[in-house]
This record gives sequence, C-alpha cells and structure tokens, in this order.
Amino acid sequence: MKVIYILWLRQLKRYFRSKSRIIGALGQPLLFLFALGFGFGPVFEQAGEGNYLQFLVPGIIAMSILFTSMFNGIEIIWDRQFGFLKETLVAPVSRVNIMLGRTLGGATVAIFQGIIILAISILIGFRFVSPAGLPLALLFMFLIALLFTALGTAIASVLEDMHGFQLIMNFLVMPLFFLSGALFPIENLPAGVNALVQLNPLSYGVDGLRGSLIGLFQLGLLTNIAVLVSCGLVLVTIGAYLFSRIEV
Amino acid sequence: MIAVNSTGGAMIEAKNLTKQYGKIKAVNNISFAVRHGEIFAFLGPNGAGKTTTIKMLTTLSKPTSGTMTLNGFDPVRNQAAARNSFGIVFQDPSLDEELTAYENMVLHGVLYNIPKPVQSQRIEMLLQLMQLWERKNDQVKKYSGGMKRRLEIARGLLHLPQILFLDEPTLGLDPQTRNLLWKHIRELNQKEGITVFLTTHIMEEAERVADTVAVIDHGEIIDRGSPRELAKRTGASSLEEAFLSLTGKTIRDEGPETFRQMAGQFLRRKRLK
Repeated sequence: MKVIYILWLRQLKRYFRSKSRIIGALGQPLLFLFALGFGFGPVFEQAGEGNYLQFLVPGIIAMSILFTSMFNGIEIIWDRQFGFLKETLVAPVSRVNIMLGRTLGGATVAIFQGIIILAISILIGFRFVSPAGLPLALLFMFLIALLFTALGTAIASVLEDMHGFQLIMNFLVMPLFFLSGALFPIENLPAGVNALVQLNPLSYGVDGLRGSLIGLFQLGLLTNIAVLVSCGLVLVTIGAYLFSRIEV
Repeated sequence: MIAVNSTGGAMIEAKNLTKQYGKIKAVNNISFAVRHGEIFAFLGPNGAGKTTTIKMLTTLSKPTSGTMTLNGFDPVRNQAAARNSFGIVFQDPSLDEELTAYENMVLHGVLYNIPKPVQSQRIEMLLQLMQLWERKNDQVKKYSGGMKRRLEIARGLLHLPQILFLDEPTLGLDPQTRNLLWKHIRELNQKEGITVFLTTHIMEEAERVADTVAVIDHGEIIDRGSPRELAKRTGASSLEEAFLSLTGKTIRDEGPETFRQMAGQFLRRKRLK
C-alpha cells in the first residue's frame, strides 16, 4: 500500500507544481465550452432541446477528464525517455503496485481537472439540479478517469517513444470524444453512428455525468456504472500486464 | 526482507550470456563471476556491451540466451529476490526533476521498504556526504549536472544493498567529488562487505579501486584479471595502456585498427578460452 500511496502522491505533486500544465490542459475544454456553448446555444434552444450549456457541460467535463487521463497514462513514455521509469522498474516491489499507484495518481489529477471545469461552468451559468447528484458525478469522474488512465498506461507500455502520440490523439482520443454524445444528444442518430456510440465506453461516462448533474440519463444509471466498472477492470488488468512486461 | 545468498558462492555469475537486438549481438556469449565483497570493474569502449550486461543483471532486460545469478537468485525467474539484492546508480539520469532531492530519496526509501527512522537518518547522512543537505528542499530541476549526479549516487546507496551496480557513476563529477565517492564506496565495501560492479571510462579510478577487471569489446570479454595482471600481460605500465592495447586506439563502432591488433585480440581470446 505504501508503494501505491507514494507513487499516487508523486503524480499529485507533479500536477500541482506545474501551473502551465494545469492551465494548458484547461485550454481545449474551455474553448469547446465557450465556442460551442454560446455558439450553438440559440440553435439548440430553437430546436426545442432546452439550454445547450446545461447539456454541454457534463460532456466537456468528460472531455477534460478523458484528455488528462490519457495524457497521464502516456506519461510513462516521458518517464522511460527521461529515466525515472528505470528507478521504479528495478525496485523490489510488484510492478502491478507501481502501475496502480501511477494509474490512481493520474486518475486523481484528471478528477481535479474535471472539478475545475465544473467550477468554471458554474461561474458562467451552469446549474446542477441537486447537490445530491454531486457525489454521483464524482463517482463517474473517477470511473472515467481510471478507465482512460489505464488505457493510456497500456498503450504507453508498448510504445518506445513519443512518435505514436499524435496517432493516438487523432485516431483514438478524438473519435472517442466525438462519438460519446458529449456534444449532441444520442437519440435519433443514424444506426451506424449509434452503434459506435454504444460501443464507446466514454458514452456511458458522459451519460452518467449528465444524469447526475442535470438529471438526464439516456443509457441508464446502472448500465453506465456496470459498463464503466467492467471496462475499467479489463483495462487496468491489461495495463498491469503490459506494464509488468516493460523492458528498457 | 533482505534476500540472502544461500550458496556461499559468487555474488554475481553470468554463463554464456547473450543479448541480441535483431542481427546485432550487443553481448555475445560472455561468462564471468564476481566474488562476495569484490570490487569488479567492467571496462570497455562505448557500445561494447557494458550497459546491456548491467540491464540484464538488474532485471531491466531479458537475455536472448545464457544464464545468470545474482546473490544466488535468477534475475529472470526470481526477479523480486534478485531486485532485493542490489542497488544501482544508472549511467543516464533517473531522477524525478519535479520532486525535491529529499522527496526523491524518500520515494526510493519507500520503494525499498526502509523503515522510516532509518530512512531519515540515512537520507541526512548521504545528503550531507554528497553536500546536498542545504539544498534538500529544492526541486531537482534547479540543480546543476554535478549535483544531480551526486544525488543519484546518494539515492543508490540509501538502502545498503548487498550488490551495488555503478554504471559510470563519476560521469560529470569534479575530482573532489570523485575522490569522496570512491572513498565512501571503499568504506562500504570493507565495512559492510558490499560487492561492487562498476563501469567507468576513467581507467585510474578502476586501477585504484577494483580488485578485478574484465574488459569487454564488441560484446565479448577479451581479458580479465587484476589491474596489475592485465598491465603485466599486455606489457603496459598502467591499466589505461593495457586497455588501449586490448581494445585498440580507434574510436568505437569501428573495427580493430590493424591486422596486428586483430591477430592479438584473436590470440588473447583463444588463451582465455
């Protein structure tokens, strides 16, 4: 437990000491929030879908957590390149514990990032339906963060350097985000797109956040939790396996 | 719990160890043994296979073929016990530069399960020794290159391992710090019986501290013995001369410079076998 804790703490210290990283990671989600939230708001309302900002904020929180989690998982490549990874790999501790410490640390950082987005959203007019939904929203933030940090860890464990990073952003992270229902309602989508949305674990995270913050569940609370927990467990297991096989 | 060598034999043993990357044999069928309490210098030009050998011994990389033991444990099959037996100062930086020096030390202490009171005591002693105590709360990224190196060394010594791997530990250090470091390593070796496996390009260092030297070139061990034996065999007056005589004077990644040297190396390898 001590090893998991110290590596979790390391991730947090690195996050809070890097102001540019905190601000940089907010840039893209805030751009989406302001540009889309205020840009498409009137159109959304005219179509009779209600307040777009209310609809959009949970999706942007999920986006922020997705990006930060994947980035934290992929940070292993930096540690491999700049040497710190070796220090942990030669230590007489289970690599599963090392991976768990890193993953939980990365997930916690991603949750902080999600909370900052939520706080900014409240400042610009977002209102959650009930304070009772906040703990549930935090649970969904945690599940999304854990799942995608583990995915980032699994990918980074097999990548040698940063050359594959852009590939992952363009062909995995962005499609995951755009096909999650974060920006648009998922009912009435064409069958093919709908199938992709249903296969995307982030859709269940977005729906969970939307349900807990504005009371609008489209996929069902229990379904959301079940899918996120099972995908999270599978990815943590795969991540731990691949991490344990790293050679430098 | 510290794993203990039950065999009473060599602390480090490699038999026919080979590491191949594609068609390139970085380490080619090497065998050697390091006795308990010995300071063993593993010397070779750049790219000779020193770091690859250390990576295999320290569980960072698996050999293509061959066997090895570390304190009686197989680093491939019994990684946890093998890892419990050694400490390492890497050739490349391996600190977390966002953390402070003290935090880096504490992290290492937790990874090696050092009890907290012992940990604090040893951290202070080692940071004092490396003259970093005053700057212990500075982030490592604010340190100079030499200070980072000193911190790497302090960290490698924190858990008093039975075997200490030092991969070019004095790279970038001034003569004063080098002197201090080797004095401390000698003390550890004599008082605690720590076995030391080191690589260095500074031949006087190896000559000064090593009991046994093995010279590796192009992935193969081409000679071994005490520094004096090596010098005597090659007709040299110092280890550096002996080293140059064994490995040639061309910059590495090239072949031996003359036919005479090639023939000399062939004969020496024959004799070793």
